[in-house]
Order: sequence, then structure tokens, then C-alpha cells
Amino acid sequence: MIKGRVWKFGDNINTDDIIAARYLNTTDEKQLASHCMETIIQDFANKIQKGDIIVAGENFGCGSSREHAPISIKGCGISVVIAKSFARIFLRNSINIGLPVIELSEADNIEQGDVLEIDFENGMIKNLTKNTSYRFSKYPEFLQDIIKNGGLIQWVKARYIK
Amino acid sequence: MTITEKIIARHSGKESVVPGEFVECSVDLVLANDITGPLAINEFEKAGAKKVFDPDKIVLIPDHFTPCKDIQSAELVKKLRNFARKHRVRFYEIGKVGIEHALLPEEGLTRPGDFIVGADSHTCTYGAVGAFSTGMGSTDIASAMITGKVWIKVPSSIKFIYKGKKNKYVGGKDLILYTIGKIGVDGANYKSMEFTGETIRDLPMDDRFTICNMAIEAGAKNGIIEPDDITLLYFEEKGIFHPDIIKSDEDTFYEDIIEIDVSDIMPQVSAPHLPSNSKNVDEYENVKIDQVVIGSCTNGRITDLRRAASILNGHTIHPEVRCIIIPATQKIYQQALKEGLIDIFLTAGCVISPPTCGPCLGGHMGVLGEGETAIATTNRNFIGRMGHPKSYVYLSNPEVAAASAIKGKITHPDKI
Ligand code: SF4
Repeated sequence: MIKGRVWKFGDNINTDDIIAARYLNTTDEKQLASHCMETIIQDFANKIQKGDIIVAGENFGCGSSREHAPISIKGCGISVVIAKSFARIFLRNSINIGLPVIELSEADNIEQGDVLEIDFENGMIKNLTKNTSYRFSKYPEFLQDIIKNGGLIQWVKARYIK
Repeated sequence: MTITEKIIARHSGKESVVPGEFVECSVDLVLANDITGPLAINEFEKAGAKKVFDPDKIVLIPDHFTPCKDIQSAELVKKLRNFARKHRVRFYEIGKVGIEHALLPEEGLTRPGDFIVGADSHTCTYGAVGAFSTGMGSTDIASAMITGKVWIKVPSSIKFIYKGKKNKYVGGKDLILYTIGKIGVDGANYKSMEFTGETIRDLPMDDRFTICNMAIEAGAKNGIIEPDDITLLYFEEKGIFHPDIIKSDEDTFYEDIIEIDVSDIMPQVSAPHLPSNSKNVDEYENVKIDQVVIGSCTNGRITDLRRAASILNGHTIHPEVRCIIIPATQKIYQQALKEGLIDIFLTAGCVISPPTCGPCLGGHMGVLGEGETAIATTNRNFIGRMGHPKSYVYLSNPEVAAASAIKGKITHPDKI
């Protein structure tokens, strides 16, 4: 169960918005996290609390394949990203590194500052501020298997490395 | 099946596949660069892997921040280099390196029918030779380097049919900018874009690379063009005969079929901050510019330099403009030198950069300051892409960029 406060973003948030290319001369999670989303919200990394939730519109994470994007989001303490839809490489990367992402068509109904409680087992989001709830569909089995293993590398390790 | 489905089926050991199905595919080539490679190496080591699945099928290319712009990027490249030496995988040192998506096809490493993955979103470029190729993240690439396999959801395909006669100064870049403008930046999310029709059949390889390169800008998993005589000739010139030619079945299912009459298309310009903001160049005329960049994996090939030079020949760059030319590979650079293109650029007042991604991603070699505007032959005009968060990038083909460099504002090449 995850509980957190919402930070709301619009459509087509791209990977340059999430972490600008000028910061990609490092792979350090802390350094990447410190610049997360700063093009859109100045000092975002310091404004959020651990466990907070990003909610966005269509095509979240479009643009480059940089895994630095989900790493910086996860690194600054965001617990889950909810969007109406995701760009495909971002979705893959998030699953692979263990950042939970949820596709939710009703994301528009969620507002900045709402407090959400997410039950992954049952595919349920409670909006405690608005006193409503939304259902989301679970990942296909194939992906659940990767998630259960704790990400792609653990999955590969379990299957291929003796 | 479509060409994409056929390639996926072959590489997953199946007779046939259907869109939506999850399959595991064996890969023919795995690619990473100086930004994504070090992360992949970290994951490779975290997994406790001792060796790569096949050193010949892995390429590490330091092209983004090279020649290294600072100590941190030097450390990233060092990491790639050391890994490459240890595992004997392909590595291109400065002096041999070029922008990955121009270099790999040039080296003959991307072939029709191949299944290629790269830790770079523009890996989709190789669809131009009739390969299935797609961008992924570093963890996917680490896993592919260990196992030689990746998981993939079979995409559904959209068929684009281009017909009619192209207008003057319209090339691959204009076709794809127009197409993205029509369907939007997520118009093909998760899908395969198959580019067909008589206009495509007439296009030289360089224009085909430009088109497939930007499939990702519509969110696509891959862009692809069926191989034909032009493709075969391209490979023959590299000494590669009888490549594996795969074509779509005539009666196969497409999720959507979109016909585009290219006689309607004028040279295109995409305004900040999305590639889908594309309109006829006339609509943006009078936008003043500070910088012009001609290069990148989209338009840094010899055909692009020839087209830019044909406009710049005998002219000078506007006194308030910097014009940066970046041949995408060493070979392209050398060819441009032989043909006298470099001389034309230098005489006009351009600066020539070594092959690098450089300003395309705001890395180095021409970063924009606050309030500055550029027109570039690159592929993305997101906020801050070429530098300061308050700078502006317009996208265009090489002729429009060159004409704009002469006039100091966005200009139709006809006006030169
Ligand atoms: S030229 Fe630009 S888009 Fe192409 S690989 Fe380099 S940074 Fe990416």
C-alpha cells in the first residue's frame, strides 16, 4: 500500500523535462534526483516529500531512452507515477528499474495536492481528498513476473546466471 | 503478417506472431552510447555477469559528449572503453567514431531483416534498411548484453502511403515533420510505422534514414521501409550481396492506413516545443535566429551536407548568426572535403565541428543561452533541448536551415 500527495503535470512531459541532457554526464542517482523536473517546477526535488505521487496526462516520458529519467524520479522519493498514458520506452525503463507506473484514464479527475492511497494487489486507487476511488488494470503476467523478481536485472539473474 | 511482425516472428522462433503478444526475441545487434552505456555496464555488473553473449554483436559508441567536454564525460567514456577492452566488444574511438545512427549503417552493421536494439531512442533509424530496430533503456540493454535476448510486445502497424510529386526542396525531413504534425507526438505510441508508396520508392537511402529516425517522435516502437532496389544497391556498394529481404504480405492487417499526397507538402518547419508543431516554412518566416545547426543523426549525412552547400555556395552567413556544420561521421566529413563542400561552408563563414551529437542535446559545441533561438536539422525542439530552458529550437531540413543562416531569419530556400 502506498500513500502520498499528488504533484500534477500536463500532457507530453518529455524526458528532457524530467532530467535535462546537460545533467547526463553522471549516473549518480542523487545528483540526477536533485535536478528532477526542475525545468517545470523549480527546486522540485526539495519541495516534495518521500512517497509523493506524480500524476500526469497523456504520453508521459516521451523523448529519449534515458533511464536517467525514471531513476531521477525514483531517486528523489516519488513512490509512483500515474498517467493517462506513457511513452513506451519510459514505461519499460520504469518497470525494469522498479518504479511503479499506473495507466489511468481518469487521471484528469485527480488534482494537485490530493492525497491518494494505492492498493496494487487489488488494482485500486483511493482519493482520500475527494473521497472517490478509481480502478486500474494490472500488468500482463509477463511483466508481473519481472516486477515480482524486483526488476529486470534480478529476473535475468534468476534465469541466466548460475 | 507485416514486415515488422515477420522479423519479430523469425527472431522469436515462431511461425507467426500477432500484435499485442509478448515474445522474447534474439537480437542481432546491441548498441549503447556514452550516456546510456555506463548505466548498462553498472547493471551488467550488478547482475554478476561475467561475459557478454557475443562480443561481435555489441557496439559501444561514445558520440554524445565527445571529444569529451569535461571530466565527468571523460569518466563515462573511460568506463565504456575499459568495458569494451575487457569484453572485446566493438568500440569506436575518437577519430573513428561518428554519430551512432549514421555510423552503424555506414559500417554495414545494420542489415535488412535484422532485429536490433539500442539504448538510444533513435535506434529506430535502421528501419530504413528494412531491419526491425527499436530504442530501449540501459537495463534492457544490460540484459540483452548478457542474454542476447529482449522481451517485446508485438506492435500493431500503421501503414503510411506517400503518393504524388514532391515539391522543390522537399525531402525526407519534410515528409516526416508533416506526418508527425498530422498524427501528433503520440500518434503512433507503441506502434510500428511502415512507410510505403511511390514517393518512398524514389527516395535515396539518406532520406529514408531521416524518415525512420523520427518515427520515435510520433511515439512509435519502430519505423520501417521494405527493402527494394535502392536498398540492394546501397548494400552492394558496401560489398554486401543478397541480404535477407523481407516484405509485408499484400493482404495483411494494418491498424490504420494513412495516405499522404506529397504534392501538398512544402518545406516544413516545426516550432518550439514539439516536433508536431510543423507548418509550411512561410508561416514562420521573419522569426529571427541566432544560431543554425546542420548535423545530427537526422540530417548529418552527405546528402544533407550537399543540399546545405547548394544553398550556401557563394553566399555568406548573416553577421548576427552562428552556423555550425557537423558531419555525422568521419567518412562523411572526408567525402564533404573531397567534394569541396567544406570549402563552401568555410568561405560562407560556418564553423565545422568534429562528428558528435554536441548541440543536438544541448551537450556542447553550440549550446544556446537565455532567450536565444536556433533553427536546426535535428529532431527534437523540447524545452531546453539545445541549452537554456528559455531558448528556442525550430526544426527543418538542411536547405531551409542554410537559407535561414544567410538571411538571419527563417527563410524559404527559394528566396536565396
Ligand atoms: S544526434 Fe541528437 S538525437 Fe541523434 S543520437 Fe545524438 S543526441 Fe540523440
